[in-house]
Amino acid sequence: MDTILFIICAIVAILSGLNMILQKHPISSALSLVGVMGALAVLYLLLGAEFLAMAQMFVYAGAVMVLFIFVIMLLNMGRERASRKSWFAQIVGLPLVLAFLGILLFITKAALPPFRAVQFGTWVGGGAYNIGRLLFTTYLLPFEVISVVVLIAIVGAVILARKEID
Amino acid sequence: MIPPMPVPLSWYLFLSAVLFALGVAGFIYRKNVITMFLSIELMLNAVNLTFIAFSYQLQHIDGQIYSFFVMVIAAAEAAVGLAIILAVFRNRGTLQVDEVDTMKL
Amino acid sequence: MNYYVVSVIKIVIVFAIFMTALAYLQWVERKVLGHIQTRTGPLRVGPHGLLQPLADVFKLLTKEDLVPPYASKIFYLGAPFVAVVLSLISISVIPFGPKITVFGTTTYMQIGDVPISVLFVLAISSVSVYGVALAGWASNNKYSLLGGLRSSAQMISYELPLTLAIVAPLLLSNHLSFRAIADTQAGYYLGFIPHWNIFRCPFPQVFGFAIYLIAGFAETNRIPFDLPEAENELVAGYHTEYSSMKFACFFMAEYANMITITAIATLLFLGAWHPLFPGPYCDYFPTFCFLIAALIFFYGAANPARSRDRKTFPVFGLAMLVLAAIWAVPQFHFVTVPLWWFCAKVGGLLFAYIWVRGTLPRFRYDQLMRFAWTFLFPAALINLLLTALFVAVFKGC
Repeated sequence: MDTILFIICAIVAILSGLNMILQKHPISSALSLVGVMGALAVLYLLLGAEFLAMAQMFVYAGAVMVLFIFVIMLLNMGRERASRKSWFAQIVGLPLVLAFLGILLFITKAALPPFRAVQFGTWVGGGAYNIGRLLFTTYLLPFEVISVVVLIAIVGAVILARKEID
Repeated sequence: MIPPMPVPLSWYLFLSAVLFALGVAGFIYRKNVITMFLSIELMLNAVNLTFIAFSYQLQHIDGQIYSFFVMVIAAAEAAVGLAIILAVFRNRGTLQVDEVDTMKL
Repeated sequence: MNYYVVSVIKIVIVFAIFMTALAYLQWVERKVLGHIQTRTGPLRVGPHGLLQPLADVFKLLTKEDLVPPYASKIFYLGAPFVAVVLSLISISVIPFGPKITVFGTTTYMQIGDVPISVLFVLAISSVSVYGVALAGWASNNKYSLLGGLRSSAQMISYELPLTLAIVAPLLLSNHLSFRAIADTQAGYYLGFIPHWNIFRCPFPQVFGFAIYLIAGFAETNRIPFDLPEAENELVAGYHTEYSSMKFACFFMAEYANMITITAIATLLFLGAWHPLFPGPYCDYFPTFCFLIAALIFFYGAANPARSRDRKTFPVFGLAMLVLAAIWAVPQFHFVTVPLWWFCAKVGGLLFAYIWVRGTLPRFRYDQLMRFAWTFLFPAALINLLLTALFVAVFKGC
C-alpha cells in the first residue's frame, strides 16, 4: 500500500512539475504546482508528518498559490512570448541541470548512511502536539523572529502594491 | 488486508532531487517572472520533502520544524514578491524578465 | 477485511443521506423563503412541491450544455468538478454520533476518524477557492472574471476570522479531532448548563460562535456576502457561462459547503450530539417533538387552507407519528437520539442561514472587505487572546 501510494504520488508530482515548466500560460503552471503540492502533502502524511501535510495544503496550496493565481488573474496575463534570453543559459542550462541532478542522486545513493524503510504508521512524530511543544520551547526565538519577518513582509507588500499618489 | 510494504527512504530523496532539478530548469529556461517565481516555490517544496524525509530517518521532528519555517518564509516571500511583480507590471507593462531592461545600456 | 466492508457501508449511507439532504435543502430554502415573503414557494410538483428537487434535477440534466467558444476548455470543464469534489470531501471526517455497536461491530458514526480532522477540513476549505476562481477566469467573460476575483478575495479574507474563531474552541477542548472535541463537550455544569463550548467555563465562546457564523456566511457566498454572484451587477458572477450539469455542480457545492459549515459549527460550538438538557426524559424529547409536529399537521388537516391539504396533511401527520414511534424505541436510542440532536442543531443553523437570506440586503463590496479586515478579524483575534488567557489562568475549570 505504501509503495503504491508513493509511486502514484511521485508520478503525479514529477508530471505536474514537468508540466509546470513546460506550460506556456502562467495559470497552467500555477495549477500544476498546486498538483505537486497536493502530491507532496500525501507523501508528508506517509512520512508521519501529519501536521506539515495539512499546513502544506493550508498555507501553500490554500494561501500562497491562491495569491499567485489571484495576481495572474488580476494582471490578466497572456501566454509567454518567445524569448531573447541569453544564449548562454539556453545552451549550458540543460547540461548543468542534468549534471546537478546527477550529483544530487549520486550523493543520495552513495555518500549517505543506509536509510530506513518508510512504513506508514510506524512513526507518527509530526502530530500537532509535538510540533507545537517544540516550536514554543526550543525554537521559541526563531518562531518570534519569523513572526516579525512575516509582519515586515506584510507591511512591505502593502507599501509596494499601493497605488502611487503622484 | 493488503500487507504494508515499506518504501526505501532514498526514493523520497530521489524524488526530491528530481523536483529540485525541475525547479532549477524552470528558473533557467522560463522568462515570465511569475513562472520563475513558481519554480522557486517548487525548489522550496523539494527541500521541504528532504527535510521531512530526514526527519523520518532520524525519528526526530526538528526537520519538520525547519520545513514549517520554510513554509512561513515562502508565504512572506510570495507576498513581497507578488507585490514587487505588481509594481513592475504597473511601471513597465510587461512581466518578461528580458524586457525589463531599462537599466541596461 | 471487516474494516473495509464497514467503511464502504458507512460511505454509502452517508453519501446517500447527504445527497438527499442537499436536494431537499434547496426545497426547504425555497419554501421558507416563500413563506418569509408571504408566498407559498414550490407547490406544483408533488404535494407541497415535495418532488421539486427531482424535477430540478431532470431540468438541469436535459438542458443544453453550452461551452463558450472563447473559454479555455480544460479549466472551464474542470472548475465545477473541483468545486463539487472539494465540497463533498470534507464530510468524510465529520462525525454524526458517538461510537455505536451494530450486529457486534463497534464503529464510529463517521467515515474516517482522522486525528487532525479540524486541520483537514480547514485545508480543504482553503483549497476550495480554486473552483470558483478558475470558473471565473476560464469563462473568459468580464462578469465571470470579476465574480471570480471578488470571490477569491472574499474567501481569503474571511478565512482568517473563520480560522481564528475555530482555534478558540480548540484551546478549550485541547484536541484537533472532531470526535475528541465532541467528547469533551459531554456533561453539565450545576446539573443543567450543558458543557458545550458556547457555554464553556473559562471563557464561553459566544463571540467566537457569532464570528464563525458570520465568516461562514461569507465562506459559502451566502446572501449578505454573495458578491461573487450578485445578480444585479454581475449577472451571475463566476457561473454566468455555466449551464446544465456544470451549473448544478456549483449549486451542489454551495449547499454542501453550507451543510459542512453548519456541521462544524455544531461540532465545535454547540456540543455536537450532546443534548441540551440532562435527565432520563431527554431521550424521549425527539419523540415529543415529532408528536407535536404530528399534532400541528392534524390541526392543519382539520382546518385546511386549501382543499388539497385535507388529503396531504394527514399523511404528513402519520409520517411524523411513525418517526415518533421509531424514536420512542429504547433499543434504538443509542443511535437515534444523538443523531436527532445533531441533525436538529445543524437544521436549526441551516434555517438561520435561510432566514438571513430572506431578511438582509447585500453588502457593498468595499463594505464587505472593510468589515472583514477592520471588524471581524480583530474581533476574532481578541476573542482568541482572551480565550487563551482564561484557559491559561483558570486551568482545569
